[in-house]
Amino acid sequence: MDYFIQQLINGVTLGAIYGLIAIGYTMVYGIIGMINFAHGDIYMIGAFISLVGFLLMGVLGISYLPLALFTVLLLSMLLTAVYGWAVERIAYRPLRGSFKLAPLISAIGMSIVLENYVQVAQGARVKPLPPIVHGGFELSAANADYHVTLSYLQVVIVLVTVGLMAGFTYVITRTPLGRAQRATEQDMTMASLLGVNVDRVVSTTFVLGAALAAVAGLMVTLYYGVIDFYIGFIAGMKAFTAAVLGGIGSLPGAMLGGLLIGLIEAFWSAYFSIEYKDVAVFSILVLVLIFRPTGLLGRPEIEKV
Amino acid sequence: MLKDALAAAVVAALLALPLLGFRLADSQQGLSLDYRFAWVGYAAAAVFIGRLGMAFAAAAFSRVFQRKRQTLLPLAGRPSRNRKIVGWLLVAAALLLPLAPFADRNLIDKATLLLIYVMLGWGLNIVVGLAGLLDLGYVAFYAVGAYSYALLSQTFGLSFWLCLPFAGALAACFGILLGFPVLRLRGDYLAIVTLGFGEIVRVVLLNWESLTNGPNGISGIQRPSFFGLPFLAAAPGRTTFHEFFGLPFSPGQRIIFLYYVILVLALATNLFTLRIRRLPIGRAWEALREDETACRSLGINPTRTKLSAFALGAMFAGFAGSFFATRQGFISPESFTFIESAIILAIVVLGGMGSQIGIVLAAILLVGLPEWFRDLQQYRMLAFGGAMVLIMLWRPRGLLASREPTIRLAADALEAAPQTAGEAAR
Repeated sequence: MDYFIQQLINGVTLGAIYGLIAIGYTMVYGIIGMINFAHGDIYMIGAFISLVGFLLMGVLGISYLPLALFTVLLLSMLLTAVYGWAVERIAYRPLRGSFKLAPLISAIGMSIVLENYVQVAQGARVKPLPPIVHGGFELSAANADYHVTLSYLQVVIVLVTVGLMAGFTYVITRTPLGRAQRATEQDMTMASLLGVNVDRVVSTTFVLGAALAAVAGLMVTLYYGVIDFYIGFIAGMKAFTAAVLGGIGSLPGAMLGGLLIGLIEAFWSAYFSIEYKDVAVFSILVLVLIFRPTGLLGRPEIEKV
Repeated sequence: MLKDALAAAVVAALLALPLLGFRLADSQQGLSLDYRFAWVGYAAAAVFIGRLGMAFAAAAFSRVFQRKRQTLLPLAGRPSRNRKIVGWLLVAAALLLPLAPFADRNLIDKATLLLIYVMLGWGLNIVVGLAGLLDLGYVAFYAVGAYSYALLSQTFGLSFWLCLPFAGALAACFGILLGFPVLRLRGDYLAIVTLGFGEIVRVVLLNWESLTNGPNGISGIQRPSFFGLPFLAAAPGRTTFHEFFGLPFSPGQRIIFLYYVILVLALATNLFTLRIRRLPIGRAWEALREDETACRSLGINPTRTKLSAFALGAMFAGFAGSFFATRQGFISPESFTFIESAIILAIVVLGGMGSQIGIVLAAILLVGLPEWFRDLQQYRMLAFGGAMVLIMLWRPRGLLASREPTIRLAADALEAAPQTAGEAAR
């Protein structure tokens, strides 16, 4: 039972990270209907920027932990958002409204570019970061054989994720920006006729998605302590799986999907085999799609003839 | 214009600052930071000048550019006959390549690799270009073909030519296996499931050590023979190729033989596609790509149509895979990563979905050219990704984009129509 609770904690932490990345996919898909293949690499860039940020904090001598964390978080979100903006501006905007596969290929190209850019600029070796946030809560009785720990870092990750998602839901449902975004999602032409600046809305979507991916990158840097230029691919793929699982285009779906993928991965690694955890994730995706082709919370696509 | 260039330079500086401005260096205490802010300056300056240059060029040549935009590549304008001629010329050039005076071993080897990609592109074209099913895991079938040849020949000692049909059939079975669950899915859902399928196959190959030898791969795969005559300096108890034909032994003979094998395989794929497009099943694929609902209403069975596209596309990947295994003599899961699927899909889309010659051009552009710059290593992939983006921006529908209908109404029927209309008016 203790082991189970520990895996539950690990799974929820992992799921929070996937959920943050998945939101970027699902928003972009919702608004311009393309798979942003480079989003996983944006997350990777977020992780690298955070790593640079932490080292910079060390150089500047800022040792008060919450301040350092907060500064790096803001810095990383800001600079990664610039990457998100630039990718959209360069590779996707000129192709908007063109042939359907063109942005997809362009996105795959962009993903290769970003990956190799980081490899050339920072080297191919893995980058370690010593743990910064120490300690945690002991959840089991003192004499139990298996100790369940909930580290402060896991608490921080889940709290920040919940906070960001709440804020994000507020932005989408209550603010003028969110209204413009939902309008653009429903009908781009009509929205632009009614005075919504579609270009700006799409840019904002990419900026927001990239900022959330940067948060995920920062958390992964802290949580695992090693990153390299290739982490974006596999994480991006799982996050996209999460978005599809939850129903692509739906924000709560992305969060739910992320959580599920995180839990599946944690439990599968714990109880079956760690090598086949990716196989498990994709098999479950296939199973879900067979019975619910639009994902768990997705709206069925209405076909007009 | 200046303002725009300045803004671009500022953005470039912001982009470059964290990743070019700082370098994570290994040191005794783990990582430390090196600074190289000059690079940020270079990046910003380069973008500033580039942006300004582009603006000037666009202003100066705007009229020329406008006119250019409308004329397509010479091939694209008048399709059919020109393309046919170019196609035959390409085939002739490919046939004569090993005889050319400048053809050394290196060139033939690279041409062989290029032809593998051309064949894969033609195979994937059946699934993506004709049937319109987006497949991001095509490399899985390639892997199945390669491993099935390697394992069959190592376990049972079967020859390449015997294994080839088996490998193709097995890959086709995997195609159907993938096809079943995804029949109901569309577009992007299909893309992610096929992507997942590709990863599953790779992970299984990596971890099923007792069968596939895991990450170490399979080495010492049997080389193909010329109708039973091996390409060896000496084979005890068997006649070798050079002894049979009374030629001096040279390792180049095998290279040239392999080149012709893949050329024949690729041309077979091409011929198959060209012919099947005229059969009912080929027409059903193209119809399905254009409008699934209409197809259903007209009584085309979408299940059978989609499955056959998956199976046939996979079969050709299986053939190409066994050829790859016999050419390399060594295979490991490393060779079958997602990036291969992405390259093959990029070849199909850049070629202009459904255009056979376009695929050859795109393969030369994407695989052939980077092969010459192998020494540049990391920069090669950087340029590769950049080229993918730029070509898409330049020609979103691919290099040879004009998609002509496979069947037309007969010409006289078209001419007759206005006459009857005129008569009716009279």
